[in-house]
Amino acid sequence: MEYVKLSGFRLDGRRPTEMRHIHAEVGAVANADGSASFEMGNTKVIAAVYGPKEVENKGQQIGNKALVRCEYSMANFSTGDRARRPKGDRRSTELSLVIRQTMEACILTHLMPRSQIDIYVQVLQADGGTRSACINAATLALADAGIPMCDLVTSCAAGYLNSTPLLDLNYLEDSAGGPDVTVGLLSKLDKVTLLQMDAKLPLDIFENVMQLAIEGCKAIANLIRQVLLENTKKLEYLRGT
Amino acid sequence: MRDLHLQQLRLNQTQRVRLQTALQKLQDVSPSSAAATVAVADNIPVNHEDGVLKGHGTSELDGQVVATLCGVVERVNKLVYVRTLRARYKPEIGDIIVGRVIEVATKHWRLEINFSQDAVLMLSSMNLPDGIQRRRTATDELNMRSIFEENDVICAEVRGFQHDGSLHLQARSLKYGKLKSGQLLTVPPYLIKRRKQHFHHLENYGVDLILGCNGFIWIGEHVETSNGVMEGDGGNKVEESNESSSHSVPLGEKGQRLMSLETRQHICQIANAVRVLSTLGFSLTTEGILEAAKASISLGINTKDMLGAEFHVQTAEREVGRRMSLLRKKG
Repeated sequence: MEYVKLSGFRLDGRRPTEMRHIHAEVGAVANADGSASFEMGNTKVIAAVYGPKEVENKGQQIGNKALVRCEYSMANFSTGDRARRPKGDRRSTELSLVIRQTMEACILTHLMPRSQIDIYVQVLQADGGTRSACINAATLALADAGIPMCDLVTSCAAGYLNSTPLLDLNYLEDSAGGPDVTVGLLSKLDKVTLLQMDAKLPLDIFENVMQLAIEGCKAIANLIRQVLLENTKKLEYLRGT
Repeated sequence: MRDLHLQQLRLNQTQRVRLQTALQKLQDVSPSSAAATVAVADNIPVNHEDGVLKGHGTSELDGQVVATLCGVVERVNKLVYVRTLRARYKPEIGDIIVGRVIEVATKHWRLEINFSQDAVLMLSSMNLPDGIQRRRTATDELNMRSIFEENDVICAEVRGFQHDGSLHLQARSLKYGKLKSGQLLTVPPYLIKRRKQHFHHLENYGVDLILGCNGFIWIGEHVETSNGVMEGDGGNKVEESNESSSHSVPLGEKGQRLMSLETRQHICQIANAVRVLSTLGFSLTTEGILEAAKASISLGINTKDMLGAEFHVQTAEREVGRRMSLLRKKG
């Protein structure tokens, strides 16, 4: 199939290095300590953060840092066919682990010893790039919960189809079976905390694709910063003196 | 402000426009110091020649001070720190807090206080009901459940951190202790400012209001704290009050005093005033709460309608007026 047309446009009308429309919002769950919703085109994800709080299972308590837990789930109505998804299947366990490790790398856990932070992410609409969207939503929610972090982690995916590097694949392009590189980036420190690819790519092309994904991460980081700053300003002026 | 709550209000078109103008005005009148907000990983401009002390919410990266939290940059002499807004409660010694007992353990109670850990209230750091100062015996330990049980709401003071990092509380005065017949509300702790007075007796309403620094707010029937009980002759006093109450007020099933309907209504009224203010994200002070409650009476708004869209908009507009007049006084 032709994923990049002769005119240089993709199936959904984007250019190869163009991202989908992004919308991020803080405060999606009323009772959570921090929450956010994140949209990338038709992919829509909400995240809720509870904590730092007392460790529920005393056996898991860590003496000098906080315990971070993460649960990823997909709503039944999130995909085209309405499928019942059992909790704890392979895919969601793997994604929970990926998100947990990525977030743990940026949370300053040593500042909250003997406590626990729960992150819940749920996919409301899946249209490719849920992995990245979940990480971005989790970052926003953690910042909203006032949890100290060394930097904002943002994530973006890039692929390689029709010998063109493509930024931010949607479901159609994702299911083409080509390589899909997901990158998680600490943009200020310029460090990569997540890098996943389940296909083969020549090294020189891989570097191009990864660079494209990193550019995407940086763009998202800027947007998330704006959202957070605006939210903080609003809270501050409403509170008054 | 949680926009979510406001979305659930179902504002009509006029109300939405009015609310937006009010919020816009609040933004315009807010002092410029509010502009010193930072997000995670923003640089905080500092003058390195004067020397800098990095406080909470900051870290160093390549010789620059970087924020690790979203909030407002505060500077005290050399100290630079970030004051967070929506975050869990951060205890300071001497804070008055309201909490819920979650466990009765050996010689102590564990309390949920919206902190990153549970707080500990030792049996030895609270006054016994008989008011006598003495060593706590094994009998006292066995009778702990008669003082506080699980799920009781109590009020106490932060005593300090133990060397192992756990937070200890104390309740060494009659004003602390179990809170009965009332409502507990939870709000984000940043809305409550530390003040001299956190216990308020709203005389017009016959209601006690406790603004816990941890964001737990107690609104309950007014209880007389007589100083006499502290001297140790509490025994007879309690009996007396029991007798007198049995004459005037009908007793409930378990022999508790029943609250009058009027007091119940007043509690709900104050509670709804707190809810409205916290939904809008305004800081909670006694004056503000009383003003909102008073406005609801003068506008003839029923207690149940205080949570409706119209009262929210009116409260926001009143707040604009209040802050404008404050500015005028200063200028």
